[in-house]
Amino acid sequence: MDTKVKSACETCVHFNADGLKKLGINTTNFDFVVALAGNPNTGKSTVFNALTGLRQHTGNWPGKTVTRAEGGFEYNNQKFKLVDLPGTYSLLSTSEDEAAARDFLLFGKPNVTVIVADANRLERNLNLVLQILEITDKAVLCLNLMDEAKRNHISIDERTLARDLGIPVVAASARFNQGIPELIHTISEIANGNIICKPHRIKNVPNNIENAVKTLSAEIEKEFPNIPNSRWIAFRLLEGDTHIINALKTGELV
Amino acid sequence: MEHKNIDHILELSNELRWQIGDDFHDNLTEGIYADAAQIVSDSVQVDTSKKRFRLDRQIDKIVTSKTFGFPIMFLILATVLWLTIVGANYPSSLLAQLLLDTIHPLLKSGAAAISMPWWLDGFLIDGVYLAVAWVIAVMLPPMAIFFPMFTLLEDFGYLPRIAFNLDSLFKKAGAHGKQALTMSMGFGCNAAGVVATRIIDSPRERLIAIITNNFSLCNGRWPTQILIATIFIGAVAPSSFSSLASLLAVIGIAVLGMFFMFTTSWALSKTVLKGQVSTFNLELPPYRPPRFWKTIYTSLIDRTMIVLWRAIVFAAPAGAAIWLISNIHIGNESIAAWAIDALDGFGFLLGLNGVILLAYIVAIPANEIVIPTILMLTVLVTGLDAGAGAGVMFELDSANATGAILRAGGWTLLTAINLMLFSLLHNPCSTTIYTIYKETKSIKWTVFASVMPVILGFIVTFLVAQIWRIVF
Repeated sequence: MDTKVKSACETCVHFNADGLKKLGINTTNFDFVVALAGNPNTGKSTVFNALTGLRQHTGNWPGKTVTRAEGGFEYNNQKFKLVDLPGTYSLLSTSEDEAAARDFLLFGKPNVTVIVADANRLERNLNLVLQILEITDKAVLCLNLMDEAKRNHISIDERTLARDLGIPVVAASARFNQGIPELIHTISEIANGNIICKPHRIKNVPNNIENAVKTLSAEIEKEFPNIPNSRWIAFRLLEGDTHIINALKTGELV
Repeated sequence: MEHKNIDHILELSNELRWQIGDDFHDNLTEGIYADAAQIVSDSVQVDTSKKRFRLDRQIDKIVTSKTFGFPIMFLILATVLWLTIVGANYPSSLLAQLLLDTIHPLLKSGAAAISMPWWLDGFLIDGVYLAVAWVIAVMLPPMAIFFPMFTLLEDFGYLPRIAFNLDSLFKKAGAHGKQALTMSMGFGCNAAGVVATRIIDSPRERLIAIITNNFSLCNGRWPTQILIATIFIGAVAPSSFSSLASLLAVIGIAVLGMFFMFTTSWALSKTVLKGQVSTFNLELPPYRPPRFWKTIYTSLIDRTMIVLWRAIVFAAPAGAAIWLISNIHIGNESIAAWAIDALDGFGFLLGLNGVILLAYIVAIPANEIVIPTILMLTVLVTGLDAGAGAGVMFELDSANATGAILRAGGWTLLTAINLMLFSLLHNPCSTTIYTIYKETKSIKWTVFASVMPVILGFIVTFLVAQIWRIVF
């Protein structure tokens, strides 16, 4: 059995001032949409359950979630709709199972994206994190499985990481509900514009590519002044992604 | 939606693509990884001084080894099934005693007390109620044991290891290694297994996985296998070995299912679904000790109850239908009797009988209700009418009592074996068929996936019946 010791934060009035209400599958009249993205088997569904109070089954194997699950929670009288996306390693491939996640991040325009990463395999997880940060500038990194990282003698300097990535970082062990209150608080702060993210943009690209991307994204911004991720669109156009070309034509991306 | 003219953007991107050359994708990926490495080097520290005993790796060395991998898989399967068979017996007979021996007569006398017309009493109590009660007594205990154990294994992280062990076999069959995962999910529910095939990228291999998922004995069929094996196979062996014998019979059927899955996959990939086997990577996640009580609770409340509820929803109208076809007469025979007579000849060829075939027609909506349907048809049609039947069959030991009914219906060991085979090899339930259609968006493949297993079932049971009759 689990005998959970409450952390100081959980008993603190700030967290429970207006109370957290887990709304289960009731997602009517929500104020914000929150997407849950990340590599396979990093515990997205566990975080999803912890936030919504749902009991979506979580299995310990990559690819367990194949369909989009939705749920909700209420914090400080604001309703958040949460979308649990299938795990993906990258947004660059064209594979079928990653399409659901990719399309939602690009076209669903979530107010906040929670990127769940495995603290034990951060370097590999960052591949996806850095790609998502090209698409959205409202994101929080949930560094999950911290309990396992501790057992593996891995320590992570969350402040440095947050500064380098330009987004808030919350350490968590979702299985044991640790870090979840902090995560909820951070989601709410980002959604309400109290935390402004300055996300990291991919730096180590050769100069000729960087110049091409700059030229192209300037042209895109001329046509679509409000587009938040012209650089990413430029990357995809240079790759010849027909999906994105069509989306641009129909104006879905704006 | 307003269509934008973006030709000049596309022109520019085409031009730039020529300038930057072919290495763009690789350069970008390298760039991302270089960034990631930099960030990690500043913020992550690994204490390498404390070299820990890596339990995960040690476990993996054993469970994925060439020597022990397969035996351990079968041992785990056997343990799960053995616990299910042994553990389900007692609660099953308890439930049968309560629902069939105690409540059923109470309802009957209650109906008589308010002088309910015989047809309404028969329709509701002998039809709807009996079918539902039987489904609960037969289905609930094995499911309530099997589901949580399966979920515990899943949460522990054993499924990807199965995939690892079976990968080379799938490759030889021309199928995708991740099919091991969808196959395992099929052991819980074929509809879930079919949805899980989305993890397979290649459309060809995904189609193979969808079509062959039905060869994973699903949760609606385990109880049938277990019950029939306990009654007929277990009875043949000396009493001290009877549970072992029935266990081996059930495992035999499950392994036979895997055999059919591999051969069908192979046959498909050599004929209509030709193509290369695609490569993929699958992480072996760290083992995670399952949160025991939470898993038990979740799988009982969410999975078991959902499946049971579905069975009840399908059983109630089926019970009503069975009662109606057994009680509406054309000439001097009931519709059911006509149908059974008509199917008996074909049933005999397959080593089955008309009752079983009719039951499979009535039970197309849900596999779960096959056994209850067979029992009800046997009771209602073969002379033991429901009233007398209530006294004869609903004794303490439900398995023995069920055996008595079936033997009275003319069942032999061959009938039992062929029923187990036919339960493995027949059309998927309606939910799975609908799911196959939703996933493939193809009527052709849906029909193929539904009809192919039945034809295979006819062939196999026919052959077994003929050989059996020659030998014995």
